[in-house]
Amino acid sequence: MVDVTSSAPAAETAPPRKASLPYLGKAGDFALAMIVPGLLLLLWYVATTQRWTRLIPTPAETAEYMVDFAFGGIYDDAFSATLHIHLIASMSRVYGGFLLAAMVALPLGLLIGRIPLARKTLDPFFQLMRPIPVTAWLPLSMILFGLGAKSAFSLVFLGAFYPILLNTIFGVKNVDPKLFEAASMLGCRGNAQFFRVVLPAALPSIFTGLRLGLGLAWFVIVVGEMTGVPQGLGAVIMDGRTLSRTELVICGMIIIGIVGYLSDRIVMMIGNHLLRWSPTHHG
Amino acid sequence: MAETETLSAPLPIIDIRNVSKTFWLGEQKIEALSGANLEIRKGEFICLIGASGCGKSTLLRIMAGFEQPSSGEALMWGKPITEPGPSRGMVFQDYALFPWLTVRNNIAFGPKSQGRSTGEVKDICDRFIEMVGLQKFANAYPHQLSGGMRQRVAIARVLANDAELVLMDEPFGALDAMTRERLQDELLEIWERTKLTVVFVTHAIEEAIFLADRVVVMSPGPGRIDSDNRLTLPRPRDVASPEFNEIRRDLSARLHSHHGKKAA
Repeated sequence: MVDVTSSAPAAETAPPRKASLPYLGKAGDFALAMIVPGLLLLLWYVATTQRWTRLIPTPAETAEYMVDFAFGGIYDDAFSATLHIHLIASMSRVYGGFLLAAMVALPLGLLIGRIPLARKTLDPFFQLMRPIPVTAWLPLSMILFGLGAKSAFSLVFLGAFYPILLNTIFGVKNVDPKLFEAASMLGCRGNAQFFRVVLPAALPSIFTGLRLGLGLAWFVIVVGEMTGVPQGLGAVIMDGRTLSRTELVICGMIIIGIVGYLSDRIVMMIGNHLLRWSPTHHG
Repeated sequence: MAETETLSAPLPIIDIRNVSKTFWLGEQKIEALSGANLEIRKGEFICLIGASGCGKSTLLRIMAGFEQPSSGEALMWGKPITEPGPSRGMVFQDYALFPWLTVRNNIAFGPKSQGRSTGEVKDICDRFIEMVGLQKFANAYPHQLSGGMRQRVAIARVLANDAELVLMDEPFGALDAMTRERLQDELLEIWERTKLTVVFVTHAIEEAIFLADRVVVMSPGPGRIDSDNRLTLPRPRDVASPEFNEIRRDLSARLHSHHGKKAA
């Protein structure tokens, strides 16, 4: 048998990966990705220097303010050199709320996906609560948790909770039944299948849920920090609005965009490593 | 029908006694298998053949323990088959490998489930990876392999688990002709070497004649066993020989006879 297979023709080995067309290399990919942001920047520049609007600062002014916001030494006002304080405040809420959401949503999702009794009891409730937008919870969460960090934290939690829960349920419910048969004929039965079949099989969906959840956590942070917290990127944006300091608003937006993107890339990198076995899960 | 055995004959590895299986599809009752009788001796290579809906897969799944008979008995070494177990390994048409495990760890799944030590598991894996010739792919994931290689892993996975009886549900049905022929040769070689008992479901007459000691012909509506044909053709079998062709013609006639009946 060994002899037979060692002389196996090329047809039996996996085909080589198709190269994407046209292939421009990493620099080319980067250049393509920069076209739309570059055009947007140009539009911004033209619109503000041609005085189409007087309420929005020019890109150069914004960049200057960004440096002051981060390091100080230019305007030296209340917001100079405070970026790190706001960033840490927001990140702790985003990751704190996200982790808490994951800690609650993952076990709940596994339970609802695997145990019919849990599904019948809990699923209708969550289906009913899910369409309520996070923003609609704002007044109630301010009453329940007061004005401040706890309220922001609870909104981030709510925002991240549903994508994690729903994707976990989906992943656990949609394990290929053949894999259960394969496991049971190999001597792995009952509860042992949970860790050796259900969990790994559901991992791609769970990961999608975590990624969406973290994205939404960044999404709701501005709303969460509208609840009267003194620090945080959302608070900076709200302060910028009340003080009519548009450059502050834009700086806050850019930083949330960049940090949210980097945080998503990190999750993707972890996912690509853990899910390297999955042909469909690469981003 | 299997020939009647004398009382002194040794216990058959598989004894199917008057087994029927009915399913309900809504209000409709479907008789997948009706009054099947089949005895399988240790070391035999059996092919179940028939058109779709003849109950060949149902019969195989009953032997595996995935399904229970609606009536009758399915026995292994004289004891009823109540659930799937390591002594009966199934090879599925769509492989059913664990996509998150490497070739090595797919093969290790069974031995690990049985609580073998790490060292034992490693030795077993090495042996069976070599048997199916996948040394170079031991650390590859299933999606990186071709269909033929995946099916080799599925076979090794079952053998590594000490299965005495290997149940194969159209295992080579999704493969191209060349890969299929090579895997047939390899399967026969493994079977001769390991003295396994194999029950092999197929709808290809030629495949059945090439592989089997006994070809069991089944027919649909309701699914039942039509005839049990012992092949005495010497191995290795030549698919181009007149003897092979004669058997093919004979089995083909048996397979298609019920079509006529149905149409009438």
